[in-house]
Amino acid sequence: MSDAILSVRNLTANVDGNPILKGVNLEIKAGEVHAIMGRNGSGKSTFSKVISGHPDYEVTGGEIIYQGENLLEKEPDERAKNGIFLAFQYPLEIPGVSNLDFLRVAYNARRKYLGLEELDAFDFEDLVEEKLKVVQMNPSFLGRSLNEGFSGGEKKRNEILQMALLEPTLGILDEIDSGLDIDALKIVANGVNQLATPDNAFLVITHYQRLLNYITPDFVHVMYDGRIVTSGGKELAHELENKGYEFLDEQALAEV
Amino acid sequence: MTSVILEPTKTNNDEYLQNLVEQNKAKVSAEFLNDLRQTAVTEIQNLKLPHRRDEEWQFTDISELLQTNFQVAQNVELSTEALNPFILPEASASRLVFVNGYYAANLSDVSGLPDGVFVSNLSEFAAYAQKQEFVKYLGQQKGDVFTTLNTTGLTDAAMVWVNPDVVVETPIHLLFLTIISKTAAISQPRILIVAQRNSKLNLVEYYGAVAKNCSDVPRNLPYLTNVVSEIYIEENAEINHTRIQRESGDGFQIARSAIVQSRDSRYTCNDINFGGKLSRHQLDIYQNGEQTETNLYGLTLIGREQTSDTHSAIYLNHPYGTTNQLHKCIVDNAAHAVFNGKVFVPKPAQLTNAAQLNRNLLLSPKARINTKPELQITADNVKCSHGATVSQLEADELFYLRSRGLTEENAKHLLLDAFAAEILDKIPLKSLRQRLSQCVACRTLEIE
Repeated sequence: MSDAILSVRNLTANVDGNPILKGVNLEIKAGEVHAIMGRNGSGKSTFSKVISGHPDYEVTGGEIIYQGENLLEKEPDERAKNGIFLAFQYPLEIPGVSNLDFLRVAYNARRKYLGLEELDAFDFEDLVEEKLKVVQMNPSFLGRSLNEGFSGGEKKRNEILQMALLEPTLGILDEIDSGLDIDALKIVANGVNQLATPDNAFLVITHYQRLLNYITPDFVHVMYDGRIVTSGGKELAHELENKGYEFLDEQALAEV
Repeated sequence: MTSVILEPTKTNNDEYLQNLVEQNKAKVSAEFLNDLRQTAVTEIQNLKLPHRRDEEWQFTDISELLQTNFQVAQNVELSTEALNPFILPEASASRLVFVNGYYAANLSDVSGLPDGVFVSNLSEFAAYAQKQEFVKYLGQQKGDVFTTLNTTGLTDAAMVWVNPDVVVETPIHLLFLTIISKTAAISQPRILIVAQRNSKLNLVEYYGAVAKNCSDVPRNLPYLTNVVSEIYIEENAEINHTRIQRESGDGFQIARSAIVQSRDSRYTCNDINFGGKLSRHQLDIYQNGEQTETNLYGLTLIGREQTSDTHSAIYLNHPYGTTNQLHKCIVDNAAHAVFNGKVFVPKPAQLTNAAQLNRNLLLSPKARINTKPELQITADNVKCSHGATVSQLEADELFYLRSRGLTEENAKHLLLDAFAAEILDKIPLKSLRQRLSQCVACRTLEIE
């Protein structure tokens, strides 16, 4: 148990009063890569938002223990400073906030929390240039407004760049692959692979098996109607790709 | 909120106005202004103070102003120490200072300006060779009752004249400061700018009150600043105009800027309204020739119980004109912002391009905005767009920033700073940009 990074037990959550998560159980240990697959609307993205603390998602039951502490008590920024990172499915465009300034503010928020000295603008720029290589990004992106006018692929690479800087203990990738061409997908997946260590863990949420050709999961979970209904190894992803998600409907009907 | 709309009887209102006119008449000015002033005294007899029944004043209640008995401001001396915080390093030897509407020669310094540009008070200007030509421009833009009232008492005025082909890189700073007194005083700043053919000018117009600490805090010491600015941009000339209104929390400001653009001229206005208990800026742009370009950028940041009203009107009267307007408001507490942006595109204004956008952020449930983008197009081959948005801070944007470790307060601040920066970044003076962003930070960090 001591190496469990995240333990989710019987988690239920509502959005606008509608139950979306209906009892999720999941345990993630250090050094593991987990994938959650499922159809649109099955609750995958909701799950990622609940872990990172989005205020629109109301937890109605169950618990999330992160590194031995009750995560649900923490504000979104505390969760981030404790090492949880959510790469957004749709990263927001924020005009007027320079990408570089934003990255530095976020980086220093985490440094400060960890009791480390904050980096000044010059040292930070050196660091960020180093990290740009992880996602093969052009330094010109740093001078632009945060995600403003970025293509889909550029936004996703910018998410991975943030992750590379913040070095999370638990990285959650919410449909990082949707809308990406194969080249961008490889860059993004390669970035994630470079960041994986025996001390951290990743939760990869995806609709398509394709991503899992590049990020190899240790465990694959299938979400259906707000629950994880099947878990297995990486071969489960291939099985799903072949069978589609329809068999889940039959399974669900059979249970009634 | 119940607001009492006072409807002073006609007699009261007329008396109120007449009292101000009489006080103005007593002001002594250079002789060559007598005709202009006398005409204004005659004209004002047919004008009425605005009321909320008037469409143009529908959302802005000036009854509190009309209940205050203003006395024409006294000419009071301001110390150099008190002036220092207002000086801009980029314009340290290119400024005119007016205190309570009166020219302060000892505080002004235009030694840093090149040949071919004349900057002085109206009375001194009488010595210039261009006087005859210059004076023809004065008071040509007829306005409403407040503009005319200003002219009835015209004595001092900031005058800027740029000869043809002269490019003035040094910004010219026109500083209008009020020394607040126990007597509610009215000061009446006046500006006339003429940029001749092919010239270029960078102008900063600043209004503020002298205060020990931040002048935003109301202390129940009302005053009124009634401003008229006339700006002429001749053929192919260019003016970048930054206008900062930072009256104190008790100050009223009624202002009119009339800008007349000749063909091929370019005008950019960065209109910043942070101060005042109540402020109204009527900004009229007349495109009087082909291929004129107008850019209007506005930022209103108000809280407490401030009211700030921006009424702009752009008249595109000729082909190939362009206008680009972005007006932003951040409204907190029980403050009230008003925006009315008229753009006229009549038949002759073919192949013009007019864009207008008004974006508003309401930070509190009691904050209010009345916005009215207004395009009147009769030309048929034009590109025009307009729009207005009113919103709160986006919950998703806040969450995105917080998910990267920013506290809620810092995330809000970053978003507001970015919202304001889109306008503040247009200001060509670095020191002014920095001061204003500090002011934005200071104001927005008060938000709980």
